[in-house]
Amino acid sequence: MQKGITKLKNILEGLPEPQFSSEDYMMLYTTIYNMCTQRFPNDYSHQLYDKYRESFEEYIISSVLPSLRDKHDEFLLRELVERWANHKVMVRWLSRFFYYLDRYFIARRSLPSLHTVGLTCFRDLVYRELNAKVRDAVISLIDKEREGEQIDRALLKNALDIFVEIGMGEMDCYENDFEVAMLKDTAAYYSRKASNWILEDSCPDYMLKAEDCLRREKDRVSHYLHSSSESKLLEKAQHELLSAYCTQLLEKEHSGCHALLRDDKVDDLSRMFRLFSKIPRGLEPVSNTFKQHVTAQGTALVKQAEDAASNKKVFIRKVMVLHDKYMAYVDNCFQNHTLFHKALKEAFEVFCNKSVAGSSSAELLSTFCDNILKKGGSEKLSDEAIEETLEKVVKLLAYISDKDLFAEFYRKKLARRLLFDKSANDDHERSILTKLKQQCGGQFTSKMEGMVKDLAMARENQSNFEEYLCNNPQAHPGIDLTVTVLTTGYWPSYKSFDLNLPAEMVNCVESFKGFYHIKENHKKLTWIYSLGTCNINGKFESKTIELIVTTYQASVLLLFNIFEQLCYSEIKTQLNLGDEDIVRLLHSLSCAKYKILNKEPNTKTISPTDHFTFNLKFTDKMRRIKIPLPPVDDKKKVIKDVDKDRRYAIDASIVRIMKSRKVLSHQQLVLECVEQLSRMFKPDFKIIKKRIEDLIARDYLERDTDNPTLFRYLA
Amino acid sequence: STSVNSSAVDLFRSASSRASSKELERIDSLFYSYANPSSGLIDPEGIENLCSDIEVDHTDVRILMLAWKMKSEKQGYFNLDEWRTGLKSLRADTVSKLKKALPDLEKEVRRPSNFVDFYSYAFRYCLTEEKQKSIDIESICELLDLVLGSQFHSQVNAFVDYLKIQTDYKVINMDQWMGFFRFCNEISYPDLINYDSELAWPLILDNFVEWLQAKQN
Repeated sequence: MQKGITKLKNILEGLPEPQFSSEDYMMLYTTIYNMCTQRFPNDYSHQLYDKYRESFEEYIISSVLPSLRDKHDEFLLRELVERWANHKVMVRWLSRFFYYLDRYFIARRSLPSLHTVGLTCFRDLVYRELNAKVRDAVISLIDKEREGEQIDRALLKNALDIFVEIGMGEMDCYENDFEVAMLKDTAAYYSRKASNWILEDSCPDYMLKAEDCLRREKDRVSHYLHSSSESKLLEKAQHELLSAYCTQLLEKEHSGCHALLRDDKVDDLSRMFRLFSKIPRGLEPVSNTFKQHVTAQGTALVKQAEDAASNKKVFIRKVMVLHDKYMAYVDNCFQNHTLFHKALKEAFEVFCNKSVAGSSSAELLSTFCDNILKKGGSEKLSDEAIEETLEKVVKLLAYISDKDLFAEFYRKKLARRLLFDKSANDDHERSILTKLKQQCGGQFTSKMEGMVKDLAMARENQSNFEEYLCNNPQAHPGIDLTVTVLTTGYWPSYKSFDLNLPAEMVNCVESFKGFYHIKENHKKLTWIYSLGTCNINGKFESKTIELIVTTYQASVLLLFNIFEQLCYSEIKTQLNLGDEDIVRLLHSLSCAKYKILNKEPNTKTISPTDHFTFNLKFTDKMRRIKIPLPPVDDKKKVIKDVDKDRRYAIDASIVRIMKSRKVLSHQQLVLECVEQLSRMFKPDFKIIKKRIEDLIARDYLERDTDNPTLFRYLA
Repeated sequence: STSVNSSAVDLFRSASSRASSKELERIDSLFYSYANPSSGLIDPEGIENLCSDIEVDHTDVRILMLAWKMKSEKQGYFNLDEWRTGLKSLRADTVSKLKKALPDLEKEVRRPSNFVDFYSYAFRYCLTEEKQKSIDIESICELLDLVLGSQFHSQVNAFVDYLKIQTDYKVINMDQWMGFFRFCNEISYPDLINYDSELAWPLILDNFVEWLQAKQN
């Protein structure tokens, strides 16, 4: 048996020795089998088990350790790797010779297996003595590789495998004896590097280096480190390269995040996102800078619009372009990350809710829509481009808190488009309503949809009226009459004055009433003459010209069929209108482009002492002219209407909340109210307070007597 | 012995009830000495006579306190029930006793637990019309000075100044009236350091504080 062991050692030492033959092996196994199967006291199992261990110990002390002790660095690693490989061969062979022990003696006594004993010998005698030296050698090679030298990666892989294998299923040797020091070294290495780079390099260069380093570290793990080291190693490197210099890097004056956004460096920004998404809370400063940048860009557009009226006209278009640009940033550079969506939203909310040269964005956006949707608007676009633009309108609307104000302005303009036949395309009108409905809910568009529907009904109604006139010629007023019957609630509220209608027109009204009351006798008709249009013939000296005027203008002109000359106050009395309207009307007829009336004195403005006569000498090269009447600026009225609606909405919301909650604190009530109304507008806290007080005065609520911050619902 | 005892108690009772009915008689006759015979009420003229007898100006806060004690409902008038309620609890059945009771009445009103009640009573007392819920600014300013002027001199002066220059409110309601009292008691003045307009203060006080702060800067 001793001969066999010596032979094995010689083989391992590389001395000339013939290989084990199967007879050798059989002989050794049989010897040991025999020594173990004798009856007591001739059972040598225990002695053999000790002998097995001693064989390793003796070999390690006499041959292995001496050959390792005088070696260093890479040479030490090579020798160790070889010795470990040999040792594993020796364990394999010897454990075969002594295999019978494993099967009975060891199993019965629950002793460590032959394989374990073999590995433990190496661990206790070789690994314990040399692991620190080996670790240092490995780390120094890693550092050499980091500096760009070629190293023997296979050797490192084999050396590190020893740390893993010697753990015999546990990772503690690898982790405690190698990994801890390796990570510490990594941190020190990158800390050193980063402290230089941050001073010397621009932000993009630094990020390139950092990204490269991280890629290499990952590569390192895949080639020779244990896979469990990857996250720890990268975390260390990221910490030193990125976290430690986060602010300094992002805020580099000429190349930091601000500069990259300013110069549209999308590749660098994408890299920034990739790098900083890896460190905890790393994206927050980036998204904050992004928000600041977009806010500044948008605020600059507001400023430009303040500076020149021409800029105000293109403001919405420019905001859309800005949105497209930075939405692409969010989608591409910032990989659709929610933090950046939020930043973009918050930035747009800042400047989309600023007043732009005296107008709100809500108003400008509705004017923008009007320009797109009306005939002959300033935007000339293809159908696809219009659809796309309408899509963007709805997106922008999401950032505007005064959605109700937009709706009111939009409705006012939609009414003009519909009533004066100015809408370019029904499909686009319906399309934007669908989009608005999706975005803001059915309540938001119900009135607008009602308006569109009304108009279709009105057309049908008109043809019925014409049919009626055909069948009842005696009812015909002698003038062609078109009436648009609308549902009051859908349309903006219009002032309806008691205009003294000329007799000719009174006939028309009566004729229509006669028709309408046959089928709708329970409905009340209110006539809004301010929206009417008349085509009348002006019999001038040189020729007859067809004049297209408003009903109001026509009423003024028809007076001159009866009277030669009229003074201001006579006209006012005859028409029964206010001064504001009279001035506007007379101005359009006597001071503007077409002077159908002569004014005495002949000045540019209307005064209550003026006199008017019909201008027989008037002529024009056209046979038909439209005499414009500038619309009244009703912006103030729209805002007033919206404010009134808001008061109702807030009252309703408070009552709804209190009805379900019965008792609620002031702050909670305000919070819930704002929440409920936020889809339509952002109510002012002061107004909510005022509404609460009003509801207290009207006995809907009361203040709790003991706790004045509580309100109670009074049912 | 029980019956003897009980009859002694009865004796005592009837003696005291006789005394109190005497007192009541005197209270009633005092009432009729001021009451208008046709209406059966002490009317503004009667109150003025009473004031001069007890040597107090009719605009003095103590007259308001007397009204509070009587739980008087109608400004400028005392009816017999109210008169009895007030004078009985003041233990006053003559003019001189009533005059002497006034300092104690004032102390009673100034006790914090009573003062809130008195303060809100002062507001209600000024509501003279059916369904009236608020009081015009001018009267409010006088009333504030009367009931709070001595206790919160600077707050009342500032608030009165504010009420006179502002244009948002023409009248003040009970909620605002009580809110100002709470303001005087809770808010550090004049630094207003603990005022938070996000809390449930009536809007008029938010505006008042804004005005004060603008003035201070």
